Formats: sequence, structure tokens, C-alpha cells
Amino acid sequence: MKILVCISHVPDTTSKINFTNNQTEFDGNGITFVINPYDEFGLTRAMKIKESTGATITVVNVGPLSTEPTLRKALAIGADDAVRIDAEPKDSATVARLIANYAQEQNFDLLITGRESIDYNGGIVPGMLATYLDIPFVNACIGFELDGTNAKVIREIDGGKETLEGSLPMLIAGQKGLVDEKELRIPAMRGIMMARKKPLSVISAGDTTASTTVISFELPEAKAACTMIDAGNVEQLVELLHTEAKVI
Amino acid sequence: MAVLVYTESWNGCFKKASFEAVSYAAQLANKLGTEAIALTIAATDNAAQLGNYGATNVLRIANESLATFNNQAYANAIVAAAEANGADTIVISNTNNGKAIAPIIAAKRNAGLITNVIELPSSTSPFTVKRKTFSSKAFANYSTTAAQKVISITPNAIGALEVGGSATSESFDYTATSSDNRLSSVSVDRATGKVSLTEADFVVSAGRGLKGPENWGMIEELAGLLGAATACSKPVSDIGWRPHGEHVGQTGIAINPELYIAIGISGAIQHLAGVNASKNIVVINTDPEAPFFKAADYGIVGDAFEVVPKLIEALKTHKANN
Repeated sequence: MKILVCISHVPDTTSKINFTNNQTEFDGNGITFVINPYDEFGLTRAMKIKESTGATITVVNVGPLSTEPTLRKALAIGADDAVRIDAEPKDSATVARLIANYAQEQNFDLLITGRESIDYNGGIVPGMLATYLDIPFVNACIGFELDGTNAKVIREIDGGKETLEGSLPMLIAGQKGLVDEKELRIPAMRGIMMARKKPLSVISAGDTTASTTVISFELPEAKAACTMIDAGNVEQLVELLHTEAKVI
Repeated sequence: MAVLVYTESWNGCFKKASFEAVSYAAQLANKLGTEAIALTIAATDNAAQLGNYGATNVLRIANESLATFNNQAYANAIVAAAEANGADTIVISNTNNGKAIAPIIAAKRNAGLITNVIELPSSTSPFTVKRKTFSSKAFANYSTTAAQKVISITPNAIGALEVGGSATSESFDYTATSSDNRLSSVSVDRATGKVSLTEADFVVSAGRGLKGPENWGMIEELAGLLGAATACSKPVSDIGWRPHGEHVGQTGIAINPELYIAIGISGAIQHLAGVNASKNIVVINTDPEAPFFKAADYGIVGDAFEVVPKLIEALKTHKANN
């Protein structure tokens, strides 16, 4: 069995976001980049499948050379090989098409992505990739159990969850629940050493014509000072919510 | 060149987010000099009421093969309706189901897809809209030159606008194919009577300051009084005090309600990312240095176990007098 895990290279969750070049580009200065947290849940689920079935795991990323440490980290966690599609990931649809072009010839049984990346939050790549590959797709996946080539998949719905069944190949877009937070793996020294020797191939992107473009970024306006209310005078809060905020 | 808006329903009834999506589509259609057509699938709710939000016509799909949600089948039905009605722009609400179908539709139509949209376009040529990005830490103005467009709007960001019209309605036929049905739904487990987080006007959220899951009674009581959804911080969901589905923040659910009350949550940058779009934020925390106070509109420094019961009493009194 062959599993493909798509890895997005994103700023760490604690990052303060700034823009440069007249607010048209993300400022990566001083930013620590990590595996997209949603993808990390997926990679960990893939590792569990690998351990129980002997599946192989390929990780793929669309990005420039600077994203390779993130792919190496995925190899250190336990993926078998990595592929970097050499392009600036500026448009989600383009990223989906580039991964689809690569995956088309590889016959993966299972494709795992995060439900979105924590930088651009498009949530676009998984559904488009599945559609280009013409395979079933489950978004916001919070549970996945495999029995041979049959899968039981749980997805989050507004206010609850739905259980689905289907057979491979398929694509799941995961989040927390696919595995628990405490099951996430920190690469061990041995894994890091081994990762240096694992194959990381670079393929050229070809056509990267984009359908969407970022014109400019903006930061939210600073909040006005917080109105402090004495803990002994909670009635004042209710009054302010009624007369000032007008929400109750 | 019409605008087609998909109006999601639950148990036959339109979701609140659907009225908002129709309002958005109608205002967008007005800017483009065309009309907004709504599409309902398996809805039994009164279709004509969508006219009150600006739809001129409602297409109703009532085919048995689409009785329950299936992302592939629903996406294909929406594509078929768009093609049959010459719609080049499709509006969808960014709910869980909306997020699943928007990219499928865009891939099928080779459309430019922009998600998490929070405003009407600032320009229609080139088509430019503002969306949330970097987990609500920033906004971005996106443009697309694609002839076909799919716009997915953030619930609660734009608001429903009643215009007092009535829509005509007609049935539209679409039957799911076998390739639509490669996954089958085994069960749906949904808390009834609970307000869904993404659509909620009010959200009451609590964190580790509550000391244990047994102390959530007062949070639920406060939420019940306000008609609010309950939420929690990431640490609380990680240690299993509350279900994952309640986790709001950067790696959980992003919300933008009218009122967000955070109790015993310090306000780490990752939490703020998911909630800072809330229109009014109330923070109750014992620590006057908690970073959340900098992002709040109203703050109380105090022990949740003293402040929350008092707040519940004050709200009951307010309700009785108003």
C-alpha cells in the first residue's frame, strides 16, 4: 500500500504576522517554519497505518528549496521518501494541479492532507486534488480506520459528526481527532540521522499559471482599550452589553 | 451570467448561514447587473422566503438520491444547475459542508475559487474581494480573472439583509450517479438543540481556569441563558475536558460571533487568532496581566467561580426587566 501525505510549510502558530514590499508579501524574517499542524495529524495517522500494514509513505510539498527542512522533518518522523515540486505555492488551485500531475502516475492508495494550511487557510487543495484525480474525498476528517481496502471515515459536520464508508483509493483532509494531540511524534535523533539519507527528489513544476492573485494584505485594526469592570459590579457588564454594545 | 447561491439546509430547514449567503449573492448580482438564483437540495422549508433576502428564483432539487449530503453528488448537482441557468458565479457559505463542496465545484468548472470571503467585492473588474487569512491574524485582497468564479463566504461576517421580496420557485432535476456515490453515509451523530459554533451569534468559552470538566455546569447555564454556543480553549480539548469540536482557535474552529465571552482563558496568540474577529469580546480572568485583556472590549479581573454565578444572576434580572 502506498500513502501520499501532502505537507505544507507554514509559520509556527506563535508567529506574529507582518507583510513587506508595500503589504504585498508575507514577511518571513525571524519566522520559524513548521509542518502545517493539520498535516502533522495526517502524517501521524499515516505512520500508524504504516506500522500495522507495512505501507510506504511519500511526503510531497510544493515549494522552493527553503522548504526542504520541513520535508526532512517529515522524513525524520518516519516517511520513507519525499518529493518537492519546485514552485512558489502562490495559488491553491495551482498547488492542487501540480500535486495531481505528480500523483496521477504513482497510483497512491490513500492521500492525506490537512483540511487547510494555517497560513492561507484556503481549504482548497484537498477537494481540488481529489477531483483532479477523480477519487472520493472526505473533508474535516476526525477518524479513519482501515480494514483491507475498506475504510471507515469520520468527518466533522456543523455541531456533530458523520461516519462514512468507502473503499480505497480516497483522499482524506484531516485535523485533530485523526490522531490525538498526545500521539504526535517528535523526531528522535535516530530518525533525524536516518532522514538525511532518505530520498528527497525535486521535480520541476511546469505550468504554474494561477487563477487567483493576492493584490495586498492588511492587518486588523488595533482594538480600543478594554473597559475594565469591577468584579463586585457584574451588573455593569450586563448594562454595557445592553446599552453600549447593544448585543443583549 | 447569473449568480447561483447554494442554500444549505438541515433536516429540511434552511440554515441561518444560507439566508446570509442569499443576501450576499443578491448584492453581488446587483453589482454585476444580473440576478441571484438560489438552489436548494432536500429542503422542505418555504422556498419563497429566500426572496426576502433578494433571490429572484429558487431551484429545488428533491431527488431521493440527494436526500442526504454527499459532497461529490451535491457539487455535481450545483454544477449542473449553474450550467443549465447560465450562472458564472457560485456563492457558497463556508460551513463544514460548504468547505467540502466548494473546491470540487471549482475544479469541475475550472473556476477561480476564493474562500473565507468577508466582504462584497471592492471591484468587479478585475473581480477583487477581501478574505481572512493567516488564521484571522490578517486579511488579504484577492483577485481572480477566471471567467467562472466560486465565492465561499465566512458565516456571520456579512449578515443577512431582508429586502422584503418573494421568490418564484421551480423544481430542478438531478439524479446522483454511481460515481457520485462512492462513499456511503453510515450514521450521523449531531447534538440536537445545540447552536452550531460557526453560525452562533453568541459564544461562551472557557479554559483551564475552570480547573476541571465538572465545573462546566455554570458555563452551560450562562450559554443557555444567552442562547449561545459553548466553546473551549485548545488545552481543555487536548486534555479531554471538552470535545474537540468545541475547540476555537488557530487549529480549531474560527468564529466571528456578535459576542464572545472568554472565561479562564489567558489569550495565547493561537487562541486569539481564531476568535479576534468577534464583534464584542468579554474576558473574565484572575490574572490582570492575561494577554487576552489587550484584545477584549470588556474585562473583569476576578475568579470565574465568583464572577460567572453573579453574571448569570445579573442576566436573569436583566431578562426579567426587558
